[in-house]
Amino acid sequence: MSIQQISLSGRKMQVSNKEMSFLERIYVWTILKGLWTTLKHLFKRKVTIKYPEEVREMSKVARLQHMLMRDDQGRERCTACGLCALSCPAEAITMKAAERKPEEKNLYREEKYAEIYEINMLRCIFCGLCEEACPKEAIYLTTSKKIVASGYKRESFIYGKDKLVMPLDMAIKNTQSNTIQ
Amino acid sequence: MKVTIDGQSVEVEPGTTILQAARMIGGDLVPPAMCYYSKLKGSGGKCRCCLVEVAKGSDADPRPMPKLMASCVTGCMDGMEVNSKNSERVTEARKSVTEFLLINHPLDCPVCDQAGECNLQDLSFEHGKSETRFIEEKRTFEPENIGDKIQLHMNRCILCQRCTTLADQLTDKRVHGVLNRGDHAQISTCVSAAIDNEFSGNMIDVCPVGALTDKTFRFKSRVWFNKPFNAHRDCDKCCGKTTVWMFGNEIQRVTGRKDQYGEVEEFICNTCRFDKKEVSDWTIEGPKVFNKDSVINQNNYKRPLEKVIIETEKNILLGRDEDRVKISMSGVPLKNSNK
Repeated sequence: MSIQQISLSGRKMQVSNKEMSFLERIYVWTILKGLWTTLKHLFKRKVTIKYPEEVREMSKVARLQHMLMRDDQGRERCTACGLCALSCPAEAITMKAAERKPEEKNLYREEKYAEIYEINMLRCIFCGLCEEACPKEAIYLTTSKKIVASGYKRESFIYGKDKLVMPLDMAIKNTQSNTIQ
Repeated sequence: MKVTIDGQSVEVEPGTTILQAARMIGGDLVPPAMCYYSKLKGSGGKCRCCLVEVAKGSDADPRPMPKLMASCVTGCMDGMEVNSKNSERVTEARKSVTEFLLINHPLDCPVCDQAGECNLQDLSFEHGKSETRFIEEKRTFEPENIGDKIQLHMNRCILCQRCTTLADQLTDKRVHGVLNRGDHAQISTCVSAAIDNEFSGNMIDVCPVGALTDKTFRFKSRVWFNKPFNAHRDCDKCCGKTTVWMFGNEIQRVTGRKDQYGEVEEFICNTCRFDKKEVSDWTIEGPKVFNKDSVINQNNYKRPLEKVIIETEKNILLGRDEDRVKISMSGVPLKNSNK
């Protein structure tokens, strides 16, 4: 087989310069055939949606933006052990630990907490290894249900604790639903 | 004298213990040791981690020893045959010892500064079970302040008594001891006076767990994010040979140089350990060599790294200057940074 005849896609066809018949030459029939295809698609189910007004339903286990969890009493679970940063294959996570003061006992669960916790969303590949590595069940990619927003500046993709920590109203809701059970 | 451990023979001097003989051979058969410390006289015999099976007492008396022996305090005899790694009994016993040690040890490795270079972590990784059978409450102590250089976490202590042995050996007057008995036993500065001896900082290096940690390094970084370098300086009190643990250009911690069994080669003074945290204080010899699978070796490179020069058009690399600016954690500026 010569190189000209090899078709990787399997759809290679030989062009023929066959002479057209009368019906083909007036083009009306072919145009009608094409319009019929268009008309058929008008009544089919649409494959597109009107994003951002409409949002497609996500899988329950879709890994999206990270969330630093709070426990039942609203305290931050993260203790800045660094295992997420260690496990991160993209090296997207950085953190700085600090010691909890006695008056902050209702804010942080352990005696050490993350003073600064940053994830570079440009580096993150959403593999979920940080979630697996976390010994304190502090980081989850499945709870926030938010897609990381696009932006114009590199700086805007570095998410600090202001964007990552679970919002208080969500924590309150969690606590209530847990106590009712 | 000839001793055979796990089928491997070694010639030793009279008075050598089984553990020392095993370390002469090296490799997998070396029993783990939590309380024995070769640089401390009279240490050992407390943790029972180093149990071995003596299959043949000696040439003169070939009967096996009926019970497992603590290898760090049992002397070698001529013609002795010892089973360490090979013996099922030993593995089982070490597993039980590990379980006992972990009964009162809190599971706060994510908080503990020792995590990553902790002997108990290594021991339980090799010999421990992943679940606990202990349902009672762990013993706890009131937090106690023993000075501004050393942090004491009594809850984490496994009572190996290395630190008190060190205090006995290095200090002139005894300020550090074991109080009470049994479950209530605790190490403490007897009159709760701060330890001001010039070599007291070595208790941090000697401690196999996170009971005694460096207060100047407290929560600063995890062990595996630091790059260790061997360094030395002229010190009039000690040898001045240390390991400095760096993060970028910042020295975060100074420790003694530890060998493969986690024992320091030489004790260093408190000035070197706590007060000299500037790069200009030290002559850096080179990166410290670690085992390939050590967590401390994570992201460290033994090979000297040469600067890569990419020969390409300048315009292509224009965007890189933007990347070089530190955009992450701007709240913590790089020490000695150019920008």
